[in-house]
Amino acid sequence: MSAELIGAVYIFAAILFIFGLKLLSSPATAVRGNLISSFAMLVAVLVTLASNEIIDYRWIAVAAVAGAIVGAVAARRVAMTGMPEMVALFNGSGGIASLLVGWAALYMSDSSHISTVVATPESPAVSAFTMITILISILIGGVTFSGSLVAWGKLSETISSAAVSLPGQRFLSLFNLVALIACSVLVFVQPAWTLPLVIAVIVLSLILGVMAVIPIGGADMPVVISLLNSYSGLAACAAGLAIDNSILIVAGSLVGAAGIILTNIMCKAMNRSLSNVLFSGFAATTQAT
Amino acid sequence: MAMEAVYLGFVLMLSIFLGFELISKVPATLHTPLMSGANAISGITVVGAITSAGAGLSDWATVLGAIAVFFAMVNVVGGYMVTDRMLGMFKKKEAPVKDQV
Repeated sequence: MSAELIGAVYIFAAILFIFGLKLLSSPATAVRGNLISSFAMLVAVLVTLASNEIIDYRWIAVAAVAGAIVGAVAARRVAMTGMPEMVALFNGSGGIASLLVGWAALYMSDSSHISTVVATPESPAVSAFTMITILISILIGGVTFSGSLVAWGKLSETISSAAVSLPGQRFLSLFNLVALIACSVLVFVQPAWTLPLVIAVIVLSLILGVMAVIPIGGADMPVVISLLNSYSGLAACAAGLAIDNSILIVAGSLVGAAGIILTNIMCKAMNRSLSNVLFSGFAATTQAT
Repeated sequence: MAMEAVYLGFVLMLSIFLGFELISKVPATLHTPLMSGANAISGITVVGAITSAGAGLSDWATVLGAIAVFFAMVNVVGGYMVTDRMLGMFKKKEAPVKDQV
């Protein structure tokens, strides 16, 4: 299928996503909304598979079938009370998928092996714009993944659901952020080190996600999951910018924006502000000391 | 390339505003299903993963893409099914209430 036709079908899928999300927010139409949105996903996946670009279906088939089975079994088996933590796990897997897509985008511009991606400063393998979006999708995807895992752990009581504060947490978070920015800038200064630097950014983002969620108490986890859900949308959007795919950008940013509004609504329902929830652990620490 | 980045930026900006507008008043019972349904939509990254895994690019792009397809499919299939289960649960609960009224 040609790129133009695929683009047209993507527009159709985007319309369905928008209607699906709209219908999902009202009780009478929520079931239909979910169905429409899942149909949109099916359309988007099928049309992508029909693209001229796709020449090798073996890997896709194996991975997609395995993923679908795992997802379906998990969704079927989970107890009604365990739903929020299941959503956290699904959200985390979406986050890591965006991280991987962003990472893979490094190697998508040229057809040869990894060593050639490490380009000379005169001719980087990917443009600066693509590099920035790759780094953003890795950062947000990584934070979403590890943050969601911690949220899952807290809800399922696998780890302590109390607001844990590590000694020197604030300093560590700040150090982590500075290291993240330093690595990201270095990628542009030293393109020869791209692979180790990208791996460093992945590791640092994963640590950042853990440190962001660990200080928040278990009772606030639904709000945190909603926020992380918004992040995973933004990660998909950044991955879409990296690989130049319009449906990823549209659907991802829709989820990103809708997720933030929903997070805000959930906070209001709990009579709290978002910053109140996010920094509750830090506040507890200051009170305790 | 620069122009393309601008176009993509416009698409991004408009979608974000649309996302803000879409969600206005949501009853508390729908918070979790809506979150779960939106989460399933963020599995759209599966499309990117498919492009990466199947386009016959470098080995790395294929392998990373294939792993991404796996995780994104977990998110998509699991996300929609869990949302459907949650919404189904409501219906059963709400039906008797309506009968009484």
